Amino acid sequence: MKDFQYAAPTTIQAATSLLTEHGSGARILAGGTDIIVQLREGLREADIVVDIKKIPELRECQYSDESGLCLGAAVTCCEIYEDADLAGRYGALADSTHIIGGWQIQSRASVGGNLCNASPAADTIPALIVLNAEAQVTGPNGQRTIAADAFCTGPGINSLVDGEFVVAIQIPPQSASMGSAYQRFIPRNEMDIAVVGVGSWIELDADGNIANARISLGAVAATPLFAVEASQFLVGKEPSDDNFAEAAELAKQIATPITDMRGTAHYRTHLVGVLVKRTLTTALARAQA
Amino acid sequence: MTTATKKIHVTTTVNGESVEFLCEPRNSLLEVLRDTLGLTGCKEGCNNGNCGACTVIVNKLPVNSCLVFGVEAEGAEIETVEGIADANELHPIQDCFLEGAALQCGICTPGFLVSAKALLEKKPGASEETIRFDLSGNLCRCTGYDKIVRAIQEADKQMSAATVDSTTND
Repeated sequence: MKDFQYAAPTTIQAATSLLTEHGSGARILAGGTDIIVQLREGLREADIVVDIKKIPELRECQYSDESGLCLGAAVTCCEIYEDADLAGRYGALADSTHIIGGWQIQSRASVGGNLCNASPAADTIPALIVLNAEAQVTGPNGQRTIAADAFCTGPGINSLVDGEFVVAIQIPPQSASMGSAYQRFIPRNEMDIAVVGVGSWIELDADGNIANARISLGAVAATPLFAVEASQFLVGKEPSDDNFAEAAELAKQIATPITDMRGTAHYRTHLVGVLVKRTLTTALARAQA
Repeated sequence: MTTATKKIHVTTTVNGESVEFLCEPRNSLLEVLRDTLGLTGCKEGCNNGNCGACTVIVNKLPVNSCLVFGVEAEGAEIETVEGIADANELHPIQDCFLEGAALQCGICTPGFLVSAKALLEKKPGASEETIRFDLSGNLCRCTGYDKIVRAIQEADKQMSAATVDSTTND
């Protein structure tokens, strides 16, 4: 591994100064489960590694019925799924954080890091997209927010510019009539990369019909996708198997997967249909619970 | 290794004892534990977070020490496989691994012992499914896992019985 400096600033301001000063030579360290491997294998390089875990705001996790969830960018997967309130409210987020790697990875890996790593197969990103999450970003030119579905721009590439980093992920509040779920297909039960991952979110109206829905697909394009037409199709409809099947067909139409060792493009497209139906069914059950 | 790297001074706690060391920022905690501190129980298997042979406990949670920088250990509490046995007495999990032949080549064993201890302390009475899921970050290429799972279930029984005994004696 190429040599680098290490810094662990304790304020957002100090981190911004370091990141601005070093530009593209700076790499951010949160849980390290991706960046350490990438540095070791020469996939990325760093002159300085900036450890953001000592900044208190990045480790906080706050929920209110008014503003929703403010998830510090370095909050770990374990901290999310072990929080019963949070896991109950944000089912898709709990589902995805519980299946990233094994326990050792979940102890360290953060949702902010999973988002910034921008893998097309990242498990938390479809969950963030269906939950309508926004990344709160700070940098040399001040603060801005980036919607989860616009955050990734290519495999391993995100929309942050030099000097910027994600401080928190903001997710709208959830009411009892909303439910969400994330599922992926892998050939074993755990510790693998998604062949396809799908997140779904449903809001029911007073009559039990679908007031709003969001569907997102992972590992079937260069970035995780928000399935706009499939989501909009469900609005105002009865949450029936037939309607879920129709939404699944619409979602399959935007999938442009590659064929690789994990599966063929044809197989992945088929899986999109299966997982859209399954995640909608689970999201519905959670919204009705 | 290039020359003239500035080493960083780190103070941490390993198996209950205060420890100081110097390391380069790029050194993993695994390298520090094995090469600097001589704690060779944790093994380098894959060195990329898949196999779990390097598992140690940092601040009560199991982590892959190959995916932690040594400099991150500043102020942390670390437990390694060397700290599991009590003086000359093996921990029940270690006993059960021996009795149940839950190891063959042994490379994965320290990681399994550390993860299993963390699991049983957190979830006594864990189901077989929970044990298998929570230990999925530890790979074994010899045993086929069944003997490992059974050893952990047996250790769980012994640890629960010991807890009941000590409560009764109080």
